[in-house]
Amino acid sequence: MLATVLAVAGGFTRPAVDWHALAPEIVLTVTIVICLLVDVTTAEHSRWTASSVAGIGMLAALVPVLTLAADNHSRSMFGGAYVVDDFALVLKGLFLVAGYLTILLSTNTIAEGDYAEGEYYLLILSAVFGMTVMASSRDLISIFIALEMLSIPAYLLAGWRKRTLTGNEAGMKYYLMGVFASAVMLYGMSLIFGGTGSTLLTEIGSKVNHSFMQEPVAVVGIIFVLVGFGFKVSAVPFHNWAPDTYEGAPTPVTAFLSVASKTAGFVAILQLVFIGFLDRADVIRPFMFVLAVLTMTVGNVIALRQTNIVRLFAYSSVAQAGFILAPLAVFGSGLGPGGVPGNNGRVLSAIVGYTLVYTLINLGVFAVIISVSRRLGTGDIKAWGGLWTYAPALATCMALFVFGLGGIPPAMGWFAKFQLFSAVVGGHTWLGYTMGVVMAVNSVISLAYYLSIVRTMFMDDVPDGDVTPIRVPLPLAAVVAIATIGAVVVGVLPEIVGHLANSAVFAMGAGH
Amino acid sequence: MLLNEFLLLAAALFCIGVYGVIARKNGVLVLMSIEIILNSVNINLVAFSAMTGAISGQVFALFIIAVAAAEVGVGLAIVLAIFRNYKTVDLDEVDLMKG
Repeated sequence: MLATVLAVAGGFTRPAVDWHALAPEIVLTVTIVICLLVDVTTAEHSRWTASSVAGIGMLAALVPVLTLAADNHSRSMFGGAYVVDDFALVLKGLFLVAGYLTILLSTNTIAEGDYAEGEYYLLILSAVFGMTVMASSRDLISIFIALEMLSIPAYLLAGWRKRTLTGNEAGMKYYLMGVFASAVMLYGMSLIFGGTGSTLLTEIGSKVNHSFMQEPVAVVGIIFVLVGFGFKVSAVPFHNWAPDTYEGAPTPVTAFLSVASKTAGFVAILQLVFIGFLDRADVIRPFMFVLAVLTMTVGNVIALRQTNIVRLFAYSSVAQAGFILAPLAVFGSGLGPGGVPGNNGRVLSAIVGYTLVYTLINLGVFAVIISVSRRLGTGDIKAWGGLWTYAPALATCMALFVFGLGGIPPAMGWFAKFQLFSAVVGGHTWLGYTMGVVMAVNSVISLAYYLSIVRTMFMDDVPDGDVTPIRVPLPLAAVVAIATIGAVVVGVLPEIVGHLANSAVFAMGAGH
Repeated sequence: MLLNEFLLLAAALFCIGVYGVIARKNGVLVLMSIEIILNSVNINLVAFSAMTGAISGQVFALFIIAVAAAEVGVGLAIVLAIFRNYKTVDLDEVDLMKG
């Protein structure tokens, strides 16, 4: 037995490993280990060092991302299973920044509550590690591993308040939905592997296996895989877990799940759809059309009648997922810039750009929610009345973020939303035009509840008459400030996001 | 052709697993149903791998076995936390938040 294994191993040559390309992941891994050691070796009262270590590690991992971006050529490893190109780098940067802001959001909440501190930051780091791997995965196996790497810590984080009933419920619902979704996704992947004989996305998408992609079983495989990721991005009808999990989890974790974890799902969908399944755009377009229309409409309509601020933003994030999926209803159709068949480039850059903007604004929203909830002690929107009179800065920032989510022109979300519309209509198909109309109607519905928050903050009276100013801890104030500066800068200079999103496109669309 | 039998077995297991996830109320049995789905995937992958000679299917199956163990570890921990607070593992009882 051993002899046969050794005989096989004799022909083994070590694949070339590009250490520079793996540097962000290596820095994260080292940080995870240090974080674990800090937790083991320090006394209970100095566990806060774990949060500093995690934050520094997150920022340190950004350095190799920047040097790789400056280096400006895409690197491919393990036969194309792991690719570090501009698309991957833009999203790695996004995940690391989102992870850093999440740590800032968590510092006070986690230190003040009766929570285990060291493990918390360990799990956040592990989840961010999974996300950075996801941005580079171009193979079914590495996509699966990245998905589990980011999901398993997220299940534990969702159920972090383990002594409360709502905390248990949040963890259980997220876990069951997530595991079931990844099982369904795996079944789809096994069918696709069976038909193509490969797990590499480029080979699945290549013309050699063109014949298989026309078989009905390929459609079953593709739909199962996309349904699996539909759960991850909380697309309707797979969204049931989202509001309960968001309400029951600690609020910083909710911010993390609604932003980073969701974006990782979109990244996987983009890689699968644009590299692996491009030949069956005819199947994916109507599927995504139905999914996006349902997600937007159901999310917005239910959000209208929410009275809890966290639940409201849970449904708002469901609706935003619909907007992000919308351009996939037209990909691979029509003529794009430069007469290239398909407007894939525009679809991709619109989705990436909107994701960047949405991440920053939503983290800002949750920073304000956490700051205000520390004082109010309730999630009821009515309690937010008159926020303007005693916390003018927070109220103004919240209004700015909410305008951004709604897509009102001076705020930062406007340009990104405009790109989504132009990608959807630019397909010149009836599916695209219908989608444009649905998106316009939904933008108006979403303004109704976004503006009602603003009205409560600025017009209503303070419910209990207590107008002592809110004391905002430094880390939370930093997140609000970063998100506000980002919102203003991108609102004035939308080309920044456009440039990042465009550079992400060519790396991916070049193969087709 | 021998492949069909394996695929039919996997499809049957997949359906049993999905039925179990939807119909069962006991948390532990739902976890077992998910394991059944994952094993149907493994059968599929190994059968396809043997047919096409592509080794990556078997590697994929090994990864799934390892990850499934990690998933179940987390799942049992969550079920245990629920049992401590609710004194039951009936998932229908775990439904406080609505709306």
